Amino acid sequence: MSFITANWNPLGEAFYRKTELYEMSWSLRDGLRDSLVAAAPYGGPIALLREPHRRSPSSRPQLEIYSASGVSIASFPWKSGPVVQVGWTVSDELLLVQEDGSVLIYDVFGTFKRHFSMGQEVVQSQVLEAQVFHSPYGTGVAIVTGSSRFTLATNIDDLKLRRLPEVPGLQGKPVCWLVLTQDRQTKVLLSTGPDLYILDNTSCTAVSPPGLGPQSGSIVHMSVSFSYKYLALFTETGHLWTGPSHLQDKLNEVDTKNTNPPQQMVWCRRPKSQQPSVVLLWDKLLMVVGVRQDNIQFPIEEPCVLVGELDGVRILSSSQQELLQEVPLVCQEIFKIASMAPGALLLEAHREYQKSSQKADEYLREIKEQSMLGEAVRQCVEAAGHEYDSITQKDLLRAASFGKCFLTDFVPDPFVLTCRELRVLNSVRESSVGLPLTHTQFKQMTLQVLIDRLVYRQFYPLAIEICRYLKIPDYQGVSRVLKHWASCKVQQKDLTDEAIARAVCVKVGDSPGVSYSHIAAKAYECGRTELAIKLLDFEARSGEQVPLLLKMKRSQLALSKAVESGDTDLVYTVVTYLKNEMNRGDFFMTLRNQPVALSLYRQFCKLQEQETLKDLYNQDDDHQELANYQVTASYREKRLDSRLSLLQSAVDEYNKAKNEFSAKATEDEMRLLRFQRKLDDEKGAGLLGLSLQATMEALLALGLHKQAEQLYRDFRVPDKRYWWLKLKSLAEKEEWEELEKFSKSKKSPIGYLAFVDVCMKSNNRFEAKKYVSKVMPEQRVRAHLAVSDLEGAADAAIERKNESEMALVLSRSSTSDRLLIDRLNRAATVAKK
Amino acid sequence: MAHSARRDCPELPDFSLLKTLARDHLIYLLEQLPGKKDLFIEPDLMSPLDRIANVSILKQHEVDKLYKVEYKPVISTSDQLCFLIRPRLQTVKWICDVANADKAAGKCRRYKIIFTPKKFYSCDAVLEEQGIIGDVTTDEWSFYLLPLDDDIISLELPEFFRDNFLAGDQRWVKTAGSALHLIHSLYGPFTKIYGIGRCSKMAYESWREQVAEGEQRAQKAEIGKVFLIDRDVDFVTPLCSQVVYEGLVDDIFRIKCGCVEFGPEVTSSDKSMKVMLNSRDKVFNEIRNEHFSNVFGFLSQKARNLQTAYDKRRGMDIKQMKTFVSEEFKGLKQEHRLLSLHIGASESIMKQKTKQDFQELLKTEHSLLEGFEIRESISFIEEHINRRVSMLESLRLLCLLSITENGLLPKDFRSLKTQFLQSYGVDHLLTFANLRQLGLLVEQQPGEMLTVMESKVGKLVNDKTAGKLTDAFSSLARKSHFRALSRKLNLVPRSDEEYDLRVPRDMAYIFSGAYVPLSCKLVEQVLDRDGWTGLEEVTKLLNGHEFAVTGNKGADSKAKSDAQRIVLVMFLGGCTFSEISALRFLGREKGFRFIVVTTAITNSSRILESLLDNHV
Repeated sequence: MSFITANWNPLGEAFYRKTELYEMSWSLRDGLRDSLVAAAPYGGPIALLREPHRRSPSSRPQLEIYSASGVSIASFPWKSGPVVQVGWTVSDELLLVQEDGSVLIYDVFGTFKRHFSMGQEVVQSQVLEAQVFHSPYGTGVAIVTGSSRFTLATNIDDLKLRRLPEVPGLQGKPVCWLVLTQDRQTKVLLSTGPDLYILDNTSCTAVSPPGLGPQSGSIVHMSVSFSYKYLALFTETGHLWTGPSHLQDKLNEVDTKNTNPPQQMVWCRRPKSQQPSVVLLWDKLLMVVGVRQDNIQFPIEEPCVLVGELDGVRILSSSQQELLQEVPLVCQEIFKIASMAPGALLLEAHREYQKSSQKADEYLREIKEQSMLGEAVRQCVEAAGHEYDSITQKDLLRAASFGKCFLTDFVPDPFVLTCRELRVLNSVRESSVGLPLTHTQFKQMTLQVLIDRLVYRQFYPLAIEICRYLKIPDYQGVSRVLKHWASCKVQQKDLTDEAIARAVCVKVGDSPGVSYSHIAAKAYECGRTELAIKLLDFEARSGEQVPLLLKMKRSQLALSKAVESGDTDLVYTVVTYLKNEMNRGDFFMTLRNQPVALSLYRQFCKLQEQETLKDLYNQDDDHQELANYQVTASYREKRLDSRLSLLQSAVDEYNKAKNEFSAKATEDEMRLLRFQRKLDDEKGAGLLGLSLQATMEALLALGLHKQAEQLYRDFRVPDKRYWWLKLKSLAEKEEWEELEKFSKSKKSPIGYLAFVDVCMKSNNRFEAKKYVSKVMPEQRVRAHLAVSDLEGAADAAIERKNESEMALVLSRSSTSDRLLIDRLNRAATVAKK
Repeated sequence: MAHSARRDCPELPDFSLLKTLARDHLIYLLEQLPGKKDLFIEPDLMSPLDRIANVSILKQHEVDKLYKVEYKPVISTSDQLCFLIRPRLQTVKWICDVANADKAAGKCRRYKIIFTPKKFYSCDAVLEEQGIIGDVTTDEWSFYLLPLDDDIISLELPEFFRDNFLAGDQRWVKTAGSALHLIHSLYGPFTKIYGIGRCSKMAYESWREQVAEGEQRAQKAEIGKVFLIDRDVDFVTPLCSQVVYEGLVDDIFRIKCGCVEFGPEVTSSDKSMKVMLNSRDKVFNEIRNEHFSNVFGFLSQKARNLQTAYDKRRGMDIKQMKTFVSEEFKGLKQEHRLLSLHIGASESIMKQKTKQDFQELLKTEHSLLEGFEIRESISFIEEHINRRVSMLESLRLLCLLSITENGLLPKDFRSLKTQFLQSYGVDHLLTFANLRQLGLLVEQQPGEMLTVMESKVGKLVNDKTAGKLTDAFSSLARKSHFRALSRKLNLVPRSDEEYDLRVPRDMAYIFSGAYVPLSCKLVEQVLDRDGWTGLEEVTKLLNGHEFAVTGNKGADSKAKSDAQRIVLVMFLGGCTFSEISALRFLGREKGFRFIVVTTAITNSSRILESLLDNHV
């Protein structure tokens, strides 16, 4: 325990420590010599291309993929063209940039995924150097070609190649270069030797780092930090310049006393740290250079590769892997020799407590006196997160746990969370898994991504354990893992369809958010249609089954599933598909068995294909609908004879449908149309298209009584209707004599109150009064009231001895009509008796 | 005159959030097409859009000119055209014509179609057929719900009724499910869901599916219970004449999207005026649910109060006058303006409705509902048709007669139809075909035939999958049992008692005390019984498809919180203002607050118009 600071090296105000992550489980014959090495950040996998320059078919270079702990994942001879650069994407896919400009993408198991090219012209000029870089937009590739031109692809998943402008005076490749992401723009910084340029989309600008004098000589190596914030430049005289990457400022300039350009130069800083430092690697020496003049030097025994991380640098050699990082402040405070920080005291207190020494109380008192106990617990918890060694973690957490017993208002969440997270981290750091993540990296990459990575590497059980342990909602956790597992399972060629379907069903069950159709689609992709259909049967939502069934050409099944789903839009999708797929007869037959689909298709036809609609009805012998269709069509027809012929076919269809009523009505309509046409021709009456009633009205208004009479008889118009019509028409034209004559022609079928009302509507009380006496007794009171004859109304009401009518008259009479009111009241009392 | 409300009525959730969401989404979509663009809007989306984002907001997002979709060649000069439409084939076809015309003229423009609330596959099919699918980009504006008032939310989909109930096209059901899902995710989780009707059931299932797919967030429920009901469960209510103020205004002036246009005869000036009708209009808020006979009394009382308030000015000193003008005067002015408007509207209504015709009409309706003096009613209808008073009114009475009498006698059926055709034109043959299909106007079947048919269909309906297929049959099976329902649920109060409309004692007041709306009665009964138990006979008469489901475990059903007394009633196929008034009354009586979600506000004219098929 007391040796925890043994590997700390002071640099300026900070300390740096080197922690061993793994004894590498690989056994490399020639170490890392003569290999292209790429290791993904965030403890990602390592790819090695051994002897990339071998070209003879008899001895091809070997491509090997390892986990970060050196467990072999894949290995195969490289049969494609010569490789210039190897790199990993953000989603752990391997990129190999070839000399001819094509980029090949493999997954972590060495399965070829796809490829793309960096441009046609590159085939001629060849790629001299390439870099794979990460930015907020994803993973990008940059190359420099034999014609000294740069080409950039900012995001390989959304490939847009950008050819950057020419660099003046550049022959061959630059001395050194790198890719910068600044202000949402991707640029290239390059040194031609004497000059430094920034290349962006449109221009090539010469720049000079502030404070770097010409005496330092030309820049031979450069490096940018993980976050693209800082830049380090190494000159031929062995000077190291550091500054922000916008080149407006300078942090430091150090003479490394080493004029050889380093093999690798990587920034080493942790987020929020004010002391960025640069790690330089030479053949036998590793040097950490800080902001001041001092540095730390480590001797190197075997070839190494540096991997820049968010909060440090991983040093990879053929035998082991170490993490070099600045000691986090909170760890410094706790472990620094003779530290009096509350966390340090608490740790000491707990240690004494375990020894059952009363000193524990003294330490505790000391913290409590400064009322720093909360802070002490916090420090211990935080420091535990930063420690890699599980014994140290436990010590710190036990101390924190001890300390919190003496707190009354302790919020347990951070403590509990750290315990859980550390447990997860320790299990993924296991050599067999090989994800050496620090707590800071874990926080940055998020739990979601960690689970994704585990799933991607097919550590399904571990991923599920973690999801359950951290109580992630099924939807984002277990279900997601199961989905990936199942998709992978269906690709296993050595198992029967039956066995796979059963295995999947047992494991997945009905976990929320796992879609069987998704799994089935995967199975179909690998050519296992039968398995796909089996899996689809488990899918509860029939709507999800349809698109895949269509894809697999099971259209009938798709149609019934679509109908079952009740989603009309889906039914429609299938119907359109079938329509193009089948011949017309079969198509109609299929629809016939699916009424929902049929009615839907009819709707579509009504708007789009009238003729098809007719065919549909014809096939079904649906005469009623056919007739309706003909009637509809007749209204679109302008010419009378074609209109009549359509109506005639409608009549025929109605007859076939045994709908005599409609047949008769349509026949009548035809007769009426002919009649209207005749009159229009003779008298220009403009009747065509009017209803029977409207026609008669028009005729009466024109004074064509005879013709109206004819319609009345021909169409057997009810008497009542005709009387109303004539009454209204005569009153409107104010032909009062004619009206009187009409009223006497025979007994009115509509009574005479109607006459009174109509006359009053025309404000002719004189005429109205003529008919009052003819009104039937039970309506006579109302008739009298209508012509405002209160006396008459009162008489009639009294005569009929009807109370409610008397009340009605009373309500209408004004108070001045004393006599009338008295009379009514008297009559009312009599009536009551 | 406001009713003595129970004091413990819970507060309604704030639905303005729905508007904000819709607006933000629209702006996002408009920004997807950078640069100046002309926007073409489907006519029936104009008013809803105006409630969400007015012209100045659109202009801020580089909309240059606004056009109505009119199925004519476009005259726009912009090189970017954006179309905001419902997913209707006809409109899509028109856009294709526009694009193809441009192509022929060698004009190069960018087209973007924004479908709302979602795109249908058939739209894509049309685009493909017309060969322009590569020339347009499409998007979906998920604008599902428009809050018309504090307690009314509309999907603004009037075609839902015809598409679903007449054409058997269930394309909108999922939309209804999504709308419910939206409410659920914002104001849920629901503790209990009741429903009746095939479409309700499908909408419910679609919603459940969407809940299962999405993630669930634990939140405090603001709406506890939900009741889904199909319009075809109750056709009687929307076919009756409305006599509650808001319903009358809708029947006569047509309220569009919560806004009404009063003509010069109401405004007593030479201009017509658009007025928003909602709870923010204080005068309207007090009379909207009143029977029309009370409205005048209330308005005159109000006018007197207003006068007194104005009169306070007399005898004020300068300082008092100043505070009066700055504090009260504006409010009084506003109230004055509204009052005169509503008085104008009432007068106009009076003029139309107090004619003897209207009284007779109401009398006939009431006899139909009660089932008395049917012959007299038939002759009244006959006369109504013969005099060609109004086509829609005649049709309405015919349908009401058919539903309440369980179909017309063959003799009446033929004669009334003949007379109707003679009066209004033979093209209504098609209308009759539609009405028959919906079961709105049918011939009485001789007893024997009916039972055979019933048992046949009954078998089909019992089988689950077959139930989904027997769309065409279900309408035949849907014979009306109004009389039996009316007896079971006591829908028609005894007529010998005097009904005081000023102090309503039940929901029947919205129909002058003659009839309790069936739809609202069902809501009341189911809430009382917490389910359908005891209503088995009723649901059988209504053709079943009833359900009552307890919501997810997430919602604490024991919590007797306010949310449990907030009930959302969703009408699939539209609801009338009278029904809303009835529910408001029910809420006050029982201490509930009802939120009405409807596919559209409807009334008898709108229902019947949607069933006309005369393409003249």
